Amino acid sequence: MLSLHTHAQLSGSPSKRIYKVLGISEALTTSHSVERILIDQRSSLPQLDLQVMAKLGFAGLVSDRPRADVPSDLLCVSNLSESKVVGRGDVVRIRDRGQVSVLNRRGANANFLLATERCNSYCLMCSQPPRDGVDDWRVDEILDLIPLIDKNISVLGITGGEPTLLGRRLAEIICSVTQNLPNTQLNILSNARLFSDASLADVLTVDSCKVLWAVPLYADTAARHDYVVQADGAFDETLNGLYNLAERKAAIELRMVVHAQTVERLVQFSEFVWRSLPFVAHVAFMGLEPMGFAKQNRDLLYVDPVDYGPTLETAVWYLQDRGIPTSIYNTPLCLLNRDIWPLARQSISDWKNSFAPECDDCDLQSRCSGFFKSAGSGWRSRGIQPINKECTI
Amino acid sequence: MVLGGLLQIRLARDQFDSNANVYERLSYRSARVPGVDGRVLVTSDAGEFVFLTSDEFSQLEAGTLHSTSPKFDDLLAKQLIRVGGSSSSIRIAEAKLRTKKAFMREGQTLHIFVVSLRCNHSCAYCQVSRQGVHDKKFDMSSATAVAAVDRMFESSARHLTVEFQGGEPLLAFERIVEIVELVEARRNTSKRGITYTITSTLHHLSEEMLKFFKVHKFQISTSIDGPSALHNANRPTPDRDAHARTLSGLWSARNSLGANSISALTTLTKRSLSNPEAIVDEYVRLGFRSIFLRPLSPYGFARRSERKLGYDMAEFVSFYERALAYILELNRQGVQIEEAYASILLTHILTPFASNYVDLRSPTGAGFGVLVYNYDGGVYASDESRMLAEMGDDLFRLGSVHDSLPKLMESQAMSILRRTGIAEELPVCRDCAFLPHCGADPVHAYATQGDPAGDRLSSAHCLRHMGLFRILFRYLEAADPEVMRTFLAWINKKPRSTFAHAGTS
Repeated sequence: MLSLHTHAQLSGSPSKRIYKVLGISEALTTSHSVERILIDQRSSLPQLDLQVMAKLGFAGLVSDRPRADVPSDLLCVSNLSESKVVGRGDVVRIRDRGQVSVLNRRGANANFLLATERCNSYCLMCSQPPRDGVDDWRVDEILDLIPLIDKNISVLGITGGEPTLLGRRLAEIICSVTQNLPNTQLNILSNARLFSDASLADVLTVDSCKVLWAVPLYADTAARHDYVVQADGAFDETLNGLYNLAERKAAIELRMVVHAQTVERLVQFSEFVWRSLPFVAHVAFMGLEPMGFAKQNRDLLYVDPVDYGPTLETAVWYLQDRGIPTSIYNTPLCLLNRDIWPLARQSISDWKNSFAPECDDCDLQSRCSGFFKSAGSGWRSRGIQPINKECTI
Repeated sequence: MVLGGLLQIRLARDQFDSNANVYERLSYRSARVPGVDGRVLVTSDAGEFVFLTSDEFSQLEAGTLHSTSPKFDDLLAKQLIRVGGSSSSIRIAEAKLRTKKAFMREGQTLHIFVVSLRCNHSCAYCQVSRQGVHDKKFDMSSATAVAAVDRMFESSARHLTVEFQGGEPLLAFERIVEIVELVEARRNTSKRGITYTITSTLHHLSEEMLKFFKVHKFQISTSIDGPSALHNANRPTPDRDAHARTLSGLWSARNSLGANSISALTTLTKRSLSNPEAIVDEYVRLGFRSIFLRPLSPYGFARRSERKLGYDMAEFVSFYERALAYILELNRQGVQIEEAYASILLTHILTPFASNYVDLRSPTGAGFGVLVYNYDGGVYASDESRMLAEMGDDLFRLGSVHDSLPKLMESQAMSILRRTGIAEELPVCRDCAFLPHCGADPVHAYATQGDPAGDRLSSAHCLRHMGLFRILFRYLEAADPEVMRTFLAWINKKPRSTFAHAGTS
């Protein structure tokens, strides 16, 4: 797993905060604006004359060592403490003191943009607990970043917090993605509660053609869902929101997180989705991410996937068999029956994913979601075991 | 604001359902199903159902069902009750009902062209007054065909099914060609999906016809009543070879169009009822994947020869029960054969959608979902309506093909259908637990009882469907995994083997 953050030495002062890193040949032909391009000049790469670089209007370069010959209008990023973190095609944020963060990584299996840390729910298993406060700078940064993302990126995610709390500012983000990345599918993770106000649904579904609203729904009854999200009335709002989105032809994915508070009515949840929300494009059943509130609430939430497996599989097949595409996320293959493997996805972002020692002997590691690297021994299923192809096929 | 080790201050579970025991009952209906002891079937307006024990049902009615009862959350999730004035319960129930009744916004989707009354068969039960093979005055004229196509395109439906019927429609093949050409000329500009179907004995099928059907992707529906002896007894022709000739047509049609393009219907007479297994076996032997077991309709000659061929609904229902049990056993053994009637009713019961079956819906499909263009230029509300007219009663004739569709919709016939075609408003129907899955049939009620509103207790339509629903709900209550797998395959129109893993869900 590769970190998203590292440190560098800077010379020349950064005129912007966000840059795209490209190799020479790509930089010379790119359609992105050159004043945002840092040319990767690390070892063994063909070197470009720095005067020419400045003349062509490039922002600067990434270099192994600080260079004395850098013109004052070029930024030189050097001595990265972990060089691999920054790769060609990546979009990075560079702060004055040299913190370098990768905001968008070329070729990653998941690229998400955190739009706000504010949230109107307070879920028992929230992996990224919300924080109050003004964080409008995030929207500005995202709007700055979107034009620098590879045009051929197939999926881009917006997450939070609750992005719809941004109101019209979220519409700006959707609009910018539609303009800059017309072929990209935009997944927005939202509890859809605010869409119970149809006028917000009007504002945010104008460019809905490439937007997928990924909406968590944790039960077929209000009391259970409201308890899980720790917000009275949330179920009513989310359901009204889902219908308001559907009436505006928005594409919707439902997300269920499987744990002790939801597993009891998991099959009935599937029946509810089929009967009440048959228009959804996809349903995802996800394993717990042992982060944030989930860690604190482990005893309230944890069930060994081996024990809920049969229930999960019944719930998943219930929908898949009725024509609603359904997937399992964050669950290692060895904990699932083999006939449901085709529906299990490699869902854990590559920078948070890891494997157990016994996985070294497993033939399916390349197809497996693996584990969240944050998982401690209290989250370890007793069913983890290597799978050997000859034995199973 | 807490940073770093943020600690959640949690609200307890009971803070979210403190008032749960105070519930409102929403609209539901109930029934006891014979053979299901000690349990009550409860259905919602949108057709979802729960079986409750007698105790649970009494408590539900009395308002004393406790939120810890195992059925409480099921009732909530299916909008049979609600708590705390939940706004989503009503929104969900509305959305479900709109989905179930989506056909109401579609307009007429099925357009039946009766291109000729001529036929070489002289079946005693024939649903229409068939005419001799040579009497061309019983063919549809070109002017009628042109006007009928105009009427069809006045319908607002996005998808149109063009069905050719007779008589034996292949005897008027030139008219079929003409109509298809008229439709094709408007297909693109009208932006409609078009499906062609034809109901034929296939006795007059030629290579030229097959070529034409292939180009226009026709779905062919033929009639096979069972083994040869039964079929030929039911369907006399001068040479007594009806079964053989239909089979010969079937093979050539399958060869040119593919097996999936041809289906068959059974007509069940009194002599069919004694041996359901033989009829099912004949369908399996002939390679059909579906059989449709419908009772005789009380029209045409059928009514006149009722004593000889007819039977009461109780006889049909017990025949059907035996046939369905046999079909389910075949499926369990791996034979892929669907019973189409069950499949339609199960689609009504087990899915959020309606079926495209126009003979069982509310508001009635007659006139609202179907239009029939008769050979003589009359427009009728349904196939049954024009059969009634052949018997001398044109109550459900909407007018002529030369009248505009809005004018046809203002006819007295449509006004009768509007008043009597909504099951939710009919006495007995409106209180029936099977209502969400059933439909109104004013034309049938009028033909059999002389009153389009009809009397349910003596209605063959009601007895038949009550019988079928009871059989199906007995299976659904027992929920045998093998049977449920078969049902799942039927409602999904996919082979049973696709659902190898499916359990009790």
